[in-house]
Amino acid sequence: MNAKTSDKIATAIIYVITATVAIILVAMLAFILVRGVPHLSWHFLTSPARSFEAGGGIGIQLFNSFYLLILAMLISFPIALGAAIYLNEYAPKAAWVGVIRTAIEILSSLPSVVVGLFGFLLFVVQFKFGFSILSGAVALTIFNLPLLTRSIETSLAQIPDLQRQAGAALGLSRWETVIHVILPAAVPSIVTGVILSSGRVFGEAAALIYTAGQSAPALNFTDWNPFNISSPLSPMRPAETLAVHIWKINSEGIMPDVTLVSAGASAVLIIVVLIFNVSARRIGAHLYKRLTSS
Amino acid sequence: MGDQMDRITTYLLRRSESTRKDNYGKAISIAALALIGIVVVLIFAFVFTKGIATFTTNKVNLWKFLTGTTWNPSVVDPKTKLPYVGALPMIAGSFLVTLLAAAVATPFAIGTAVFMTEIQPRRGARLMQPVIELLVGIPSVVYGFIGLTVVVPFLRSIFGGSGFGILAGTIVLFVMILPTITSMTVDTLRSVPRHYRESALAIGATRWQMISKVVLRAATPGILTAVVFGMARAFGEALAVQMVIGNAALMPTSLTTPASTLTSILTMGIGNTVMGSLQNNVLWSLAMILLLMSLVFNLIIRWIGRKGELK
Amino acid sequence: MQANHDLKPVSEFIPEQAPERHIIEMNPKKHEIALSTHNLQVYYSKKLALSEGDLAFERFKITSLIGASGSGKSTFLRSLNRMNDGVATVNGQIMYRGLDINSKDIDVFEMRRHIGMVFQKPNPFAKSIYDNITFALTQRGHYSKDQLDEIVETSLKQAALWDQVKDELHKSALALSGGQAQRLVIARALALKPDILLLDEPSSALDPISSARFEDTLLELKEHYTIIIVTHNMQQAARISDYTAFFHLGKAIEYDLTRKIFTRPKVALTNDYISGNFG
Repeated sequence: MNAKTSDKIATAIIYVITATVAIILVAMLAFILVRGVPHLSWHFLTSPARSFEAGGGIGIQLFNSFYLLILAMLISFPIALGAAIYLNEYAPKAAWVGVIRTAIEILSSLPSVVVGLFGFLLFVVQFKFGFSILSGAVALTIFNLPLLTRSIETSLAQIPDLQRQAGAALGLSRWETVIHVILPAAVPSIVTGVILSSGRVFGEAAALIYTAGQSAPALNFTDWNPFNISSPLSPMRPAETLAVHIWKINSEGIMPDVTLVSAGASAVLIIVVLIFNVSARRIGAHLYKRLTSS
Repeated sequence: MGDQMDRITTYLLRRSESTRKDNYGKAISIAALALIGIVVVLIFAFVFTKGIATFTTNKVNLWKFLTGTTWNPSVVDPKTKLPYVGALPMIAGSFLVTLLAAAVATPFAIGTAVFMTEIQPRRGARLMQPVIELLVGIPSVVYGFIGLTVVVPFLRSIFGGSGFGILAGTIVLFVMILPTITSMTVDTLRSVPRHYRESALAIGATRWQMISKVVLRAATPGILTAVVFGMARAFGEALAVQMVIGNAALMPTSLTTPASTLTSILTMGIGNTVMGSLQNNVLWSLAMILLLMSLVFNLIIRWIGRKGELK
Repeated sequence: MQANHDLKPVSEFIPEQAPERHIIEMNPKKHEIALSTHNLQVYYSKKLALSEGDLAFERFKITSLIGASGSGKSTFLRSLNRMNDGVATVNGQIMYRGLDINSKDIDVFEMRRHIGMVFQKPNPFAKSIYDNITFALTQRGHYSKDQLDEIVETSLKQAALWDQVKDELHKSALALSGGQAQRLVIARALALKPDILLLDEPSSALDPISSARFEDTLLELKEHYTIIIVTHNMQQAARISDYTAFFHLGKAIEYDLTRKIFTRPKVALTNDYISGNFG
């Protein structure tokens, strides 16, 4: 076979492979959306799930997913920000910094089920938090920290050193320069990173099944006192999320409309993640434009 | 003038507001970093203490645990008076799905990456970039759900049986790790210097010769890293695999009969066993294997990185 | 380079026995000294990058530091307000107002407010023109709006930028041209009312017209500020500075009044450099 023929064959194969990959994605999206979207209704999105009969919704799970996401972000963002600032702005070229970087890398590659089991051991059992929003939020935080830290660090590193020198030459400390010059300039890309990681956290289930738990007790949506156990805001109540719900009903669900509920829930999950993905870049680009043109 | 001089000298010798703020900032940022470090140490400490209990408290033989082929921790072997805690079925299951998924995904990932960087670097990359990003974004339970409602029935109709098994797990994991390997391969191929390509084409190589003999060869360490990353993800994936593999703790004898992985038995079992019991401790030993494997994957990636640098 | 200079005919101004080094001594009674260095040595990770004699800089004068790339002049300049902290090790003394600025007792951030620096590439903050100037001030003190307005106006006027930007003070500084941005950076440094301004090739990124205007600005600033400027442009050094120091291979070789350096240098190497034989 001469070189020209094999070139043509190889090119053809590459086209086929690429088309296959694209088709897999399109087919999966189509499957979920075509099956799930018709099942979506106000009733489905707001009413509680049912265990034994058809017609259950995902209201509580949807609320739990967002509540956990917000809590996890509130806890993980300041920690990731602090760690990223130290790594990018202060860290000396010392051995212990290398060790910590490796530790963060290892944390980011840990299976999320292990993170969940650790959360179970420490928070659910040891600290006696039980299956709760709080345990879940901390597990999600641990899951989220390494990637968010790296993403913020990259955002900070993109700001030219000239800005740091400018601050230093004016007698500003590194901290003042970082807070008032570097961070504002890095906001667009930090926001993009935060929203992208939100999408990841929103779809995470393995870290939650033994921390936030697999049950969604009825909530009283008129009671917003976080100290009441039936309040939606209560951090001590078990909280099955949307992603956990999909896993749970497919593993052991016995209601007759399992597939429909799962498809609907999957559609919601995917739509939310899609919105996160698209808006991450849009919002980042928008912020960047505002920053540079004001 | 003299007064002003003195004032400046006093200021110079005084700790300024900036210094105060800087010390404070340094302290809180290092505290945040230390917190992450502590979490990593705690995870290892907790999982290891629990995981080792099987061998220290329950006196299970480590070798028998790793090589035993019967897993039924609640039943005691009448001959040896020890429970059946052979973890090999799960270890084999985990490795099988991981290796098979990587074997299938790698050609697809390389093909797609070559398409995006060499064949159609502009329009093609613009088209495929969102495809890859969307694949990364789809949550793993959704992959599991699709596996359960599409892949498993499909396999059932072809091979008979239940449809659950290693093959179903492989297919689901293949799609899950495909975007990871692809996007990292794209980055590697883009970092191959342009003049490599130009000099290959200049001596009359066809595009495919240039890609296969020059570009892919130069990118080999990077592609290997990408594949190992994908394998690490596949090895640690829990729910999507658990939903389609069948969760039978048996030595895999065929690709289409129910099997299990470390993660699947772990997720199924932790909630159904009593803390501190042998049945529970052995599950933590499985978690410990997962932790160790993720360390091993990390080491391999570092090793490839160092080898790649030397060239 | 050494061999090169041996082959070149030495200018008639150079005496037969040219000294290897010539550094003028300032008489503290005649000259008010703003800053002086003693036995200064700078190491980059154990490699000696700079080791020069004792230089003293006169108040309200412009001193140029010239020399080929890698001669150590920028390293020297950056040591003068400790911009090399964390990058290099500095030995020896840098005396300012009777204090060694490298001493532990000195607050480095406070010191840099009195010894300001402007870099080669204009580096305005991604803030408005107004905020660029007031930012460092408001970080450390309380100023009324009127005070700030006045400082902004004065420093922009000093930097000869006021007329061009007075109507758009709240627009982003990133929209300014290179020359304007560099003036803003000067104005930003002046707003702190420093004693000494260190300039690291400040006009090398500017076009010739901006550069000429920039030189005029420096000559006006000299009335109130001591200026030390690193430049690659020998005409610039000759035009604006009162003193010139020539650096070669990490050492100050010759330091004297500018007119002496450019008309009758005492060291052969200096003569070679300024007559364009190397560098």
